[in-house]
Amino acid sequence: MRKAFANKKLRADLLLIGLLVLAAGLLYLFFGPGGDSGAWAVVRVDGEEEARYSLRENGIYPLNGGTNTLVIEDGAAWLCDADCPDKLCVRQGKIKYSGQCITCLPNRLTVTLEGAETGIELVS
Amino acid sequence: MKTGKITVMALAIALAMVLSFVESQIPAFVAVPGVKVGLANIAVVFVLYKLGWKEAVVISLVRVFMVSLLFGSIMSLFYSVAGAVLSLAGMILLKKSGLFSHVAVSVAGGVLHNVGQIAMACVILETNVIKYYLPFLVFSGVVAGIVVGLVAAVMIKRVNIKL
Repeated sequence: MRKAFANKKLRADLLLIGLLVLAAGLLYLFFGPGGDSGAWAVVRVDGEEEARYSLRENGIYPLNGGTNTLVIEDGAAWLCDADCPDKLCVRQGKIKYSGQCITCLPNRLTVTLEGAETGIELVS
Repeated sequence: MKTGKITVMALAIALAMVLSFVESQIPAFVAVPGVKVGLANIAVVFVLYKLGWKEAVVISLVRVFMVSLLFGSIMSLFYSVAGAVLSLAGMILLKKSGLFSHVAVSVAGGVLHNVGQIAMACVILETNVIKYYLPFLVFSGVVAGIVVGLVAAVMIKRVNIKL
């Protein structure tokens, strides 16, 4: 009797875990990086747009008064330096597709790639 | 409140804080903000089963405040409280439903803690980047929750509290 009860719980556990993993997979498929290259690296601090840089021009830009440093090279953007202790934003590496972003929570800063360059102009 | 209960709760808070500290010393292994093992949840799940949900709420919130004051910042306090509240709500509901074991309760706690933290961060930062991190947070929460749930289950089985 007790064993049957335990098995029932195990089945419910596995079902919940399976559903969550499936949800993670679906979220990744829907919201994960698509194939479109980004056109602009948009820098926001506290949700306010601070600057935007074209991904077509290579350059090194200090952000937010120098707390983070953005590098743009060959259509990819990444943060090469930050003054925060965990350096998670540096470790997030390079981004190049529209919709991808780098977040630095301690400095409340995000870099988001926007403006898909599909090569197709939408005409309405 | 009985002295025995106070002592057990104090021990659980101490355990949760030590586990939080140990975890803060582990370098981040995934570059996604919000991904954590959540070792302190071992103490919370333990108290949830041994003492009850009110006690678990107290343990979890006291831990969040103490840890943020000692090792974190005001910002981290906001993120952590949001994660802790959402996580507690989920764990208490799943436990009350009676359908799941410690592992599923802990998995729900792990996932919701991650999601709550990053949701609060996105509200403060006014961005919608959460959708980009969500899949990683859910998946890592599931894995961490299984580990935490198994450890908590052993503790719940082995540690006898006579109040």
